[in-house]
Amino acid sequence: MEVLGYLIPISLTLGAVGLAAFIYTVRSNQYDDPEGDSRRILSDEWDDRPKPD
Amino acid sequence: MPPSAAACPGCVAAPAQPVEEPVKPGRIALSLPGIHCQACISNVERILNSQPGVHSARVNLTLKRAMIDADADVQAAGLIPLLEAGGYEAHELDPGALRATQTDRAGRDLLMRLAVAGFASMNVMLLSVSVWSGAEDATRDMFHWISAAITLPAIAFSAQPFFRNAWSALRVRKLNMDVPIVLAIVLALVTSLWETALSGHHAYFDAAMALTFFLLAGRYLDHRTRAAARSAAEELAALEVPRALRQEDGAEVEVPVAALGVGDRILVRPGGRMPVDGIVVDGQSELDRSLLTGETVPVFAGAGQAVSAGEVNLTGPLTIEATAVGEDTSLHRMTDLVAIAESGRSNYTSLADKAAKLYAPGVHILSALSFLGWYMFTWDMRTALNIAAAVLIITCPCALGLAVPAVTTAASGRLFRKGMLIKDATALERLAAVDTVVFDKTGTLTAGAPELTNLADHGRRELEVALALAEVSSHPLSKSLTAAAREARITPAALTDVAEVPGYGTQASWNGRRVRLGRGAWVGAGEAQGTTAWLGIEGDAPRAFSFTDALRPGAEEAVAALTAAGYEVLLISGDTPHAVEGLAKRLGIAKWVAEALPSDKADRVRKLAEQGRHVLMVGDGLNDTAALAAAHVSISPASALDAARVASDIVLLGTDLSPIPESLTVAQRAVKRIRENFQIATVYNIIAVPLAVAGLATPLIAALAMSTSSITVSLNALRLR
Repeated sequence: MEVLGYLIPISLTLGAVGLAAFIYTVRSNQYDDPEGDSRRILSDEWDDRPKPD
Repeated sequence: MPPSAAACPGCVAAPAQPVEEPVKPGRIALSLPGIHCQACISNVERILNSQPGVHSARVNLTLKRAMIDADADVQAAGLIPLLEAGGYEAHELDPGALRATQTDRAGRDLLMRLAVAGFASMNVMLLSVSVWSGAEDATRDMFHWISAAITLPAIAFSAQPFFRNAWSALRVRKLNMDVPIVLAIVLALVTSLWETALSGHHAYFDAAMALTFFLLAGRYLDHRTRAAARSAAEELAALEVPRALRQEDGAEVEVPVAALGVGDRILVRPGGRMPVDGIVVDGQSELDRSLLTGETVPVFAGAGQAVSAGEVNLTGPLTIEATAVGEDTSLHRMTDLVAIAESGRSNYTSLADKAAKLYAPGVHILSALSFLGWYMFTWDMRTALNIAAAVLIITCPCALGLAVPAVTTAASGRLFRKGMLIKDATALERLAAVDTVVFDKTGTLTAGAPELTNLADHGRRELEVALALAEVSSHPLSKSLTAAAREARITPAALTDVAEVPGYGTQASWNGRRVRLGRGAWVGAGEAQGTTAWLGIEGDAPRAFSFTDALRPGAEEAVAALTAAGYEVLLISGDTPHAVEGLAKRLGIAKWVAEALPSDKADRVRKLAEQGRHVLMVGDGLNDTAALAAAHVSISPASALDAARVASDIVLLGTDLSPIPESLTVAQRAVKRIRENFQIATVYNIIAVPLAVAGLATPLIAALAMSTSSITVSLNALRLR
């Protein structure tokens, strides 16, 4: 049962990492246009290099 | 359930609010109702980005919108024709209103809470699964304590919207759906903590967390659908220009409309809208009254003629002396009608509210009874409280909370893709009940632009002269004649001394003969029925060019589909009987009413309602607003006046009317799904509640029942897409 001592903190940390990642995506406007983003992948513009900001 | 959007008569009665603060120049927002694919995105962005002065343009397909960052001198009016040439319908949005909704704070706030609840419930569920699969004694207690450590702060953060809503309802001594929710969450936490402290077997931390998560999901869906629709509808740029040219000591000064006073002299240029009621003191022109009265034939305006705010000046500059400003203008009196109609509108209770009204007291009584019953039976507070908590958790309206928002999200999404914005939360439910459809004529069934009907009646010579005369004028009839003649490959005749006589028409010399195109009396002919322009060539008899209002695309299909589906279709217009009858025949509408005043329209709609009918009103003009507000549910096109759009529940984004019949079927199916969802939730309660009351429910059963019902309900809603 000592293994729980490792596994519980690990699972909690992974959960926290996931949450932090999600909050980052919300903050950086990644859910503003889900439909458009899923179509833009079909575009061949900026296939060779990223679009400059 | 979320509180329904409060009615706001004050908002309706303000079609021409002055713009408070100037918007940062160079920020342009366009609504693009027609875009739907990757090619549209690339084309629109390429067209916009290739314009000089445009720094960057980005299309948002979800909102069907383009945001443009450009130099201050780039105007949306210059970009729209470019997009339209590329085949994309575009309307300007008001970036001032848009700025407020761009970062949708409330939505983001809900999403954060939803995320925290989601991650916390996953972790707690993981621990609970270990408990259910046989963790015992100290291990179980430890798992329970860790669950508590995660659940308490997570709930304190993510369940705040429920706490707030429940508190505001309780403060005014009312019950809403949030009261049983909060009670369930709090009771579950208290009994679970108590059980954990006593090393009990059952703790409901996972249930409390999952409950919060599912309910937040419902709330978020609900918010997203409504926020997107409402903001877009309100952002469509106002047609009203809240500025006027006042003559001060011989010079013209641009002042806000609100600053005008009685007796002021105001210059109204051709194409401009009358800002106030007044009397013409100088100039001659023609006035388009269609937005106020529905009349399509422009009326002559000369010195001494009274004009009303909202009329459009067509041909020559007019100077008017204000006789009524602000609240006293006929425009505002019209919006007062809307306020009256709004207050008379039957208070519609949504299906969700009806369910909540039955549900909330029922749950409380049931839970209290099982507490009392078990307490009397065992005299054990702990058992009784545990069972009361289990009853509350099992009956908690997860499925009920998702039943309506999941369906409305799916249905509104589907209608949005067809170009319809649902502005009001209950509009879908009301739309499903519709059995009578009332259309306005001008601007709704017709495009509001005249179309030449008798081109073939005229000889080539007359057409050449008429084209040459029409070309120099910006009168709508002239423009239409020009377009029709050009299409027939007519070349303009060579004229000399061409002059436009505002209010009458254009005249010129042709081979030494005087030629005129304009009003009948001026050209030397009688008045004809319908919209007519006369061509007079000296020595010849005058010739009539008749016009009819061009149909809006999809009007025929919409009316035909509605009639075929058994709806009663009515046409009520302020226009002349001749014009209305013509259109009614063309579209196959059996019942029509002409020369209806704005109050007549509203009265007729109200009478229909008194006969037990559910009326869908489709209209765009100021004369329709009272009827729009009085109808059971209403639709207005995006080109409608501000006041009309505000008064209606649904806005058509494109010019096409054909989505209307489909919206009715989608609405009916949506309501069917909502009822099905309520039935699913009820069936699940009928099975699970006796278990809970009997004290047989374990946290595992609660979790299973809750998740399965929520997921079934969501899947059922998805069938609508």
